Amino acid sequence: MESVSEVEAAADKMAAEAGFDEDERFRLAMAVREAAVNAVLHGNDYDPSKRISASFENNGQSLIITIADEGRGLDPETLPDPLAPENLLRGTGRGIFLIRSFMDEVHFRQLHPGTELTLVKHLAPAQEKS
Amino acid sequence: MALTIASREVDGVTVVDLSGRITLGEGSVQLREAIRDLIGKGQKSILLNMGDINYIDSSGLGELVSAFTTSKNQGAALKLLSLTKKVKDVLQLTKLYTVFDIYDDEASAIASYK
Repeated sequence: MESVSEVEAAADKMAAEAGFDEDERFRLAMAVREAAVNAVLHGNDYDPSKRISASFENNGQSLIITIADEGRGLDPETLPDPLAPENLLRGTGRGIFLIRSFMDEVHFRQLHPGTELTLVKHLAPAQEKS
Repeated sequence: MALTIASREVDGVTVVDLSGRITLGEGSVQLREAIRDLIGKGQKSILLNMGDINYIDSSGLGELVSAFTTSKNQGAALKLLSLTKKVKDVLQLTKLYTVFDIYDDEASAIASYK
């Protein structure tokens, strides 16, 4: 889980440097943490021989964070809706929902093996670099 | 900061003061064990004081839900006290705000068990 904390801290630093306020930093860091947890837990199944990779980019208009695992792959279309009444009291299944709620764009890509999540947060016009 | 847990009794209610983060690997297991321990001792009125919880992730949310359902199944009432803005936002987003009995002040929360 140390890798998850490292990725979360890097996301928070990146958001701070981009000028996001505390609430937005929290949301972005949490989305990135959830993606990293998913990669370690559900993607790599806690297998220490498998790795996760993370990359961070500020292209002047958006923050783009990519998290990849080496697991069996994930079909986001098959995930149950955590807000459905029958799922509300489930102990799991909220991670991807939170990621989608906190980011502007979320993209899934199958790597064979593995899944790559790309999380995008747009910068406000005042934050953009010319 | 990892989770710290301290319990006290107020008018027959076990108030569990939580501080730190409830996340995978940093508190969710401790919270599960603390609730299990209280229920095992026959506690029926449990109030989780969340005033010093500054972070909760999906694993922590799952642990709160599990604590709630476990308590209910054992005939105990688990309620929440003093949510911070961040925790409240996440509970509202996930619709869990409607699941829990939530109070802003301790006296009202304690009185609700009578």
